[in-house]
Amino acid sequence: MTATTNIAIDTTPPLRPAKLQRSLVNTVDMARTATVGMRTRKMRTALSALGIMIGIAAMVGVLGLSESSKSELLAQLDSLGTNLLTVQAGAGVGAGSGELPADAAAMISRIGPVEVTTTISEVEGANVYRTDYIPTTQTSGITVQAVDLSLVDTLAGTIDDGTWLTDATADYPTTVLGSVAAERLGITEITGTQQVLIDDEWFTPIAILDQFELSPDLDRAALVSLDAASNYLGDENVPTSILVRVDPDRIDDVTSVLAATANPQNPEEVEVERPTDALEAREAAGDALTALFLGLGAVALLVGGVGIANVMVISVLERRTEIGLRRALGATKKHVSLQFLGEALLLAGVGGVGGVALGALATRTYADIRGWDTIIPPIAMAGGVVAALIIGAGAGLYPAIRAARLSPTDALRTG
Amino acid sequence: MTSTTTTRNDNHGAAVQTPAPVLAFDNVVKEYPSTPPVRALDGVTFDVGEGELMAIVGPSGSGKSTLLHIMGTLDRPTAGDVTVAGHQVSTLSDRELSGLRSRHIGFVFQQFHLLNGYTALDNVADGALYTGATRSERRELARQALTKVGLAHRIDHEANKLSGGERQRVAVARAILGDPSIILADEPTGNLDSKSSDAIVELIQSLNAAGATIVVITHNPDIAKLFPRSVGIRDGRIDYDTRTTP
Repeated sequence: MTATTNIAIDTTPPLRPAKLQRSLVNTVDMARTATVGMRTRKMRTALSALGIMIGIAAMVGVLGLSESSKSELLAQLDSLGTNLLTVQAGAGVGAGSGELPADAAAMISRIGPVEVTTTISEVEGANVYRTDYIPTTQTSGITVQAVDLSLVDTLAGTIDDGTWLTDATADYPTTVLGSVAAERLGITEITGTQQVLIDDEWFTPIAILDQFELSPDLDRAALVSLDAASNYLGDENVPTSILVRVDPDRIDDVTSVLAATANPQNPEEVEVERPTDALEAREAAGDALTALFLGLGAVALLVGGVGIANVMVISVLERRTEIGLRRALGATKKHVSLQFLGEALLLAGVGGVGGVALGALATRTYADIRGWDTIIPPIAMAGGVVAALIIGAGAGLYPAIRAARLSPTDALRTG
Repeated sequence: MTSTTTTRNDNHGAAVQTPAPVLAFDNVVKEYPSTPPVRALDGVTFDVGEGELMAIVGPSGSGKSTLLHIMGTLDRPTAGDVTVAGHQVSTLSDRELSGLRSRHIGFVFQQFHLLNGYTALDNVADGALYTGATRSERRELARQALTKVGLAHRIDHEANKLSGGERQRVAVARAILGDPSIILADEPTGNLDSKSSDAIVELIQSLNAAGATIVVITHNPDIAKLFPRSVGIRDGRIDYDTRTTP
């Protein structure tokens, strides 16, 4: 350095600052900074995402199972038909004799939209025994019903073993056993050589039926043809109930006139029911349960959200020096808050996607076990992820604001 | 970095050349609210010229950290003017100060403040994260910076697997990324053994020789002696400001 005695004149223009450029982070880098916590604290990330995952899985699973079972029911209703009505004689005090007029079926069949009628006549006092050594008091609760040959078609029933009554077999002492009746009699298959005793007459079982979805009473019955009942059991073929298939579009019209048609003198003694209503009622009860489970899922989700908020608050406390460092490197408050908000969203998003996958898997597994079609409503899947993100945003907001408000000097001092 | 110089008279009437100030403190006061208020800085005035290498030295509690925070625009003074790279800090918003830090100020901390689990390269590249540079640009700059601090062979090592000296080199590389107007090093040798400490001092000297403006804050007068200018601070006031003529 050379010292001079002259006073030098400053000829350099004063330093003029360039225009100050703002801090900038592109979106991809912003997203990448949101993964820092996940990458450096893997176990905690997994556990906090698990909370959300369980909630979402529960909701998706419940919705999926509900839909799958509903689809099963719809398929069942579809195959059974919702156009079946039963006309029964009321029984008991003030409800009549428990019998319909003998010509009820003929009259009902004259109603225009009625497609087919099937008469069922309970053979009063008849019991069924495997052998004549069994005390008569041991009836096993099996009833004897005289039925039209159209019964199986009308009820969309299926045969487990053997052959349903035909014109050829109907005149003989043959019987078709309901599924429960067959089990109680110890008959698991039709050999052609078995016989059962009905009211002192030996009948040959020629078929065993599968369970009736629409008429469980018939499962506990030995069915004989109306002719056989009349010829061998002395039954008068008085109808106790009549099954009616009607035009699906005119069900209500037919229902309104059915009682008066079946028994014009005492229409109030006639009960008209639609068996599929019972199935639908069962489903409605299922819907209530679904709502309950959805509520539980929502609670699980909320708890998951609180878990994420908790983890994020702890994370902000633990990562004060990182926040200080980022502020020193030029991050604005907004950058810091977006980083932590992004991290909460990411945690929740991972939990949401995982939850949807888990819920779908659970639905699939259960539906497979029950033999249902797996149906997971797309809205449940999309809704699951969106719900998780909303929870994540809610949970991340406070920690993010807290992180942004942290003074950089305080943050660095704690390091 | 080109050196713009101004001239002024020294105390003996002789004119000496001093660089144009990159950082200027004019009667800076910092008080922390308490009863009575704590005055951490009490009328501090000094300049740091472009290309200068100086130490700010003082015992614990002398106001060094407060001075560093205000120099780094992480905190604002209670009174007085601070100018960094020609920008008057008091006129800038919080967002603008962040912009100033992202482009004009590099920090080196005693505790390194590296992200564990990230490679040396990614840690250094973060130095320019908030400048708007793309990832590939930042990584290229980081590669060059790591080569400059002698860590080209450690680029892909995770920060937590490096030695203390190496970690501080990574931190230095992060600070010099993007060629900031001034580098502020807070006790850069405080957590290092003497061998690593010497190496860091040498690194700082060589970076300064290459044109970087560096302020080192230290409590150790022996370290301060290694730099051409030394500003002593005590009880929030400048105690001495000495220059060693090479």
